Amino acid sequence: MNTEPVLQIKGLTVSFRIRDQYYPAVDQLDLTINKNEVLAIVGESGCGKSALALSLTRLHDSKNTRIEGELLFKGQDLNKLSPGQMNKIRGSEIGMIFQDPLTALNPLMTIGRQIEENLDYHTSLSKKEKTKLIYELLEHVNIVNPQRVYEQYPHELSGGMRQRVMIAIAIACRPSLIIADEPTTALDVTIQSQILDLLKQLQSETEAGIVLITHDLGVVAEMADRVVVMYAGEVVEIASVYELFNNPLHPYTRSLLASMPAANAEQDQLHVIQGRVPSLQNIPRGTCRFSERIPWIPQTAHAEQPTLNEVGTEHWVRCTCYQHFHFEDEGKEHVLDGIAGAK
Amino acid sequence: MWKFTLRRILIMIPQLFVLSVLVFFVAKAMPGDALTGLIQNNPNLSPQMIAEQRERMGLNDPAMVQYARWVGNLFHGDLGISYVHKVDVTYLIGSRLANTFYLGVAILILTYIISIPLGILSGRYQNSLLDKTITGYTYLSFATPLFIFALVVVFVFGFQLGWFPTSGSVDAGVQPGTWDYFMNRLHHLLLPAFAGAFVSTTATIQYLRNEVIDTRLKDFVKTARSKGVPESKVYSRHILRNSLLPIAAFLGYDLTAVLAGNLFIESIFGYPGLGQLFLQSITQRDFSVVTALVMISGLLALIGTLLSDIILSWVDPRIRIS
Repeated sequence: MNTEPVLQIKGLTVSFRIRDQYYPAVDQLDLTINKNEVLAIVGESGCGKSALALSLTRLHDSKNTRIEGELLFKGQDLNKLSPGQMNKIRGSEIGMIFQDPLTALNPLMTIGRQIEENLDYHTSLSKKEKTKLIYELLEHVNIVNPQRVYEQYPHELSGGMRQRVMIAIAIACRPSLIIADEPTTALDVTIQSQILDLLKQLQSETEAGIVLITHDLGVVAEMADRVVVMYAGEVVEIASVYELFNNPLHPYTRSLLASMPAANAEQDQLHVIQGRVPSLQNIPRGTCRFSERIPWIPQTAHAEQPTLNEVGTEHWVRCTCYQHFHFEDEGKEHVLDGIAGAK
Repeated sequence: MWKFTLRRILIMIPQLFVLSVLVFFVAKAMPGDALTGLIQNNPNLSPQMIAEQRERMGLNDPAMVQYARWVGNLFHGDLGISYVHKVDVTYLIGSRLANTFYLGVAILILTYIISIPLGILSGRYQNSLLDKTITGYTYLSFATPLFIFALVVVFVFGFQLGWFPTSGSVDAGVQPGTWDYFMNRLHHLLLPAFAGAFVSTTATIQYLRNEVIDTRLKDFVKTARSKGVPESKVYSRHILRNSLLPIAAFLGYDLTAVLAGNLFIESIFGYPGLGQLFLQSITQRDFSVVTALVMISGLLALIGTLLSDIILSWVDPRIRIS
């Protein structure tokens, strides 16, 4: 597999201002996204995955957000670019797809205009060429009647159609990186798989790297090449999708997998992870951030200032607690049976 | 579209009927009539003559008969005769309509010229010093009673500084149709128009400010930014148009309100428009003028709602009328 990096994230810290204090929602994150790769980022709500996604194109409100670290994209650090230079990259080199297609399109603008706007700023095509290209793009995302949809307004389209339009906008300039922030969460299941198939197909055609933000492990299993598990602003585990589902190590990853409903599971109760994701101000920093949600694991099992350890080929886990982890209601000998999805 | 408009106009007929009944009987319920007051106390008139006159004018007929006569005349475009001015009400209103129209248009234009930029700036630079100044202004203009503000304005700019005339719509003896005449009218118009606009900008500024703040955080704005649209265009093309929708919804009312007259402003500035006429007619029990004016403003309000719906359907594709 081609492992040419598209985006290298080094020491990325994204902090939000709450009153007069900045709190990091993404903390010292290092990550590489390769060409022709789907990198899934998973975690509960509030773990920092959307904050990460938006910071990649610096779409946060600059007044209340601080982005530190390097975002190396095609030899330049995105974090050092001026707003004007950043605008040249947004939409052309990096395409974005958002969660809710119902609200992500301007209700007062025709579909055609909204796609055209992207081309306006990044190409020098004539009006005619743009229209032709938009028809092609709409056709490409499997919209049956491009000429008609071109003239329509968002409210005239279904949710699935609108998400296709969003994808058409994102890929209009053939970006080398696509950031999809929960692209299927707001859609129903049948439409979800169509949209995922479409993304997969487009990726194999354009060889773009895709950052797929999701909390749906089913989507991860279907789409991802590599998976990053995030908790409380930190990466807790990185592994290939196969490795992650077969040999999950970090207690958080295992808890997530255990709380996934499986069609063939015999258990009638889902695993529930104790407690909740700490709010931004209350993240325990400097210790294993997940420790307070697995209180039955002795403190001595956690490392101080936990770091990511390489435990296998391309498999990284944070902290040492994974070596001692077992689910609360089971003996240590049943550790592996606790994973409902993996069996 | 035409079907919709026609249907709405048809619905107006029963609405106008109910309005006419209300207007007529409420006006009738006012104590006294055109023959009470000054005329009654005139020593040259005997009570018999007044009684005869009442009988002749039909004021002793049962209320239902009077109502039927009034409505019958309305259908012929006959609004009756003013008891006080002794001329047709239509003529009386016509002579004041132009003045009211000029004042209304001036207030409307000033209101939008002032409030749209202020509202946008205030929303875009939320919590900045500029925003706080503008918001402070809206609180001030909201809290100030119009009649007090108008009196202060007349006192300061009219009497003390002498920059503007304190009453009337044009000086006597200026030749109509000349440039001087136009400037003279404008000179008379400016002070009342500014006084009116000072107060009417409040709502528009605050609406727009809130809309901009709201719209700024919408997902489609994020989408626009993710396409690489420069910030200025994000505002002008995406945020602004969506924020102006509620303002457009009020435009219909505003347009028709131009013709309805402005009670306080016209009275305080001695500006001879419909608002002033209305107030005078009530105090003088000029029954036919009062009822005609209320009917007209009622009709205008109904047309205003229709206009608002049509305007909104132009600017918002989601409520396009088919």
